[in-house]
Amino acid sequence: MVERKPWLDWLAHAILLVGVAVVAFPLYVTFVAATQTAEAIIHAPMPLLPGGHLIDNMSAALGGGTGAGSSAPVARMMWVSFVTAMVITVGKIAISLLSAFAIVYFRFPLRQLFFWAIFVTLMLPVEVRIAPTYQVVADLHMLNSYAGLTVPLIASATATFLFRQFFLTVPDELVEASRIDGASPLRFFKDVLLPLSTTSIAALFVIQFIYGWNQYLWPLLVTTDESMYPVVIGIKRMISGGEAANDWNIVMATALLAMLPPAAVVILMQRWFVKGLVDTEK
Amino acid sequence: MAQEKRVVFRSGWLPWLLLAPQAAVIGVFFFWPAAQALLQSLQQQDAFGLSTEWVGLANFQALWADASYLDSFKTTALFSVLVAGLGLSISLLLAVMANRVVRGAAVYKTLLIWPYAVAPAIAGVLWLFMFAPSIGIVAYGLRALGLDWNHLLNSRHAMTLIVMAAVWKQISYNFLFFLAGLQSIPRSLIEAAAIDGASPWRRFWDVTFPLLSPTSFFLLVINIVYAFFDTFGIVDAATQGGPGKETAILVYKVYHDGFKALDLGGSAAQSVVLMVIVVTLTVLQFRFVEKKVQY
Repeated sequence: MVERKPWLDWLAHAILLVGVAVVAFPLYVTFVAATQTAEAIIHAPMPLLPGGHLIDNMSAALGGGTGAGSSAPVARMMWVSFVTAMVITVGKIAISLLSAFAIVYFRFPLRQLFFWAIFVTLMLPVEVRIAPTYQVVADLHMLNSYAGLTVPLIASATATFLFRQFFLTVPDELVEASRIDGASPLRFFKDVLLPLSTTSIAALFVIQFIYGWNQYLWPLLVTTDESMYPVVIGIKRMISGGEAANDWNIVMATALLAMLPPAAVVILMQRWFVKGLVDTEK
Repeated sequence: MAQEKRVVFRSGWLPWLLLAPQAAVIGVFFFWPAAQALLQSLQQQDAFGLSTEWVGLANFQALWADASYLDSFKTTALFSVLVAGLGLSISLLLAVMANRVVRGAAVYKTLLIWPYAVAPAIAGVLWLFMFAPSIGIVAYGLRALGLDWNHLLNSRHAMTLIVMAAVWKQISYNFLFFLAGLQSIPRSLIEAAAIDGASPWRRFWDVTFPLLSPTSFFLLVINIVYAFFDTFGIVDAATQGGPGKETAILVYKVYHDGFKALDLGGSAAQSVVLMVIVVTLTVLQFRFVEKKVQY
């Protein structure tokens, strides 16, 4: 602190508390709604204190409701979301590690071309090529499958860059030592580079897991079968009944369930999360 | 940092094998579709998809002549200015305050960053629920205050709703970067200004804020990219582009025209326009990164 000005400290705390309250308010309303009956919610104003139906609503959602919109069981959607997010995360990290290793530790023709090709994918997000990408996935018969949900999202320019930058800082002596000891390139990759990269991998894991879990536009296109809906899509389908016709208590219980895994990852792995954000944007 | 390794491995086939998975994915799912988008933007399909003909730039001309597309541009511009402007100023205020408090800074940080984990579509559903005209708790409160909230009929209300949801979700990200930027400003500069008698207000605008400009500019670009491309879920969940097409941002329109209206040529032309926008924003971002390195 540069100087003592108690009133400024109070002001700072007051502003932060207001900020935290505004940020938390939607979550609080969601929680309260998830503890009420559907009737209590549609009679405005809904109660602002938690009711006693949280467990009922959660189990109704997980087991499949009888709402006006979609009524697929959320337990299945959570599983689809989890598998999708994990495959995207692990896939992105794996293929980016391999590409970065090839680009940094080998000399071969077209190396620069590959590097720039990966770079250019930064400028081709799903949103700018949706119709033709959908066409490709449909032609490959990958609609309504885990492959269709994950493989097209698995390439990652940011992860490849991050690993490339990191590999460039690894001392050359380690390569020389490994070569003198007769280690093959893959052995060097497995026993030297991978253990050194764990911090970057953890940081990327957090960011990519959230990315995978929160996908919306792509699953919206490639899944038409309720049993392949990720939970984010499932919620959207649940509210198709119209304002008062939806089972909002079930929808909000589902929203809580859908937010829980990525929020837990952010809060429990906060240190890696911050590192991941800062590193991937460099 | 060296851009190349001095010591490398020698193998004729191994690097190709290592690159194969990434190359296959970007080839099949990025470059092929992007090329298709470029081609389709120059073609026109008949209603049954039986024949295609080359139409040159007709799809683009049709776009420029289409009032709803130009409106969508204006909507997107307004939306991204509001999201970036509000998101940046609120986060900066919070970050400055969090940088000032000694006690509880870590707790505030944790309580402010979690919305990053919320999917845009879910953010849209939460805000829709609070502001639903007949049942929403906030809509009820607003009506009690004399404001008849109805985002289903009033386009300004609809825009306000998606802006609030988008800003709410992005505050966490901006906050973290501003806080990191503030913490990297040398204390000695602030102390020197204080010794010269500058008030906290003066110190912020004359010392802190200019030193924060690289962070601010970087965040500005990121926020515009976010508003353009990552808010599809919010719009689709909260307003579906309505009322009318008043909140149909460009990405929503591409999706709507391609998958609901089945106008492939028009949608492809829109995709190409979006590509140009992304390329511009990415170049801006990287030029800035180069500048930061020279500091």
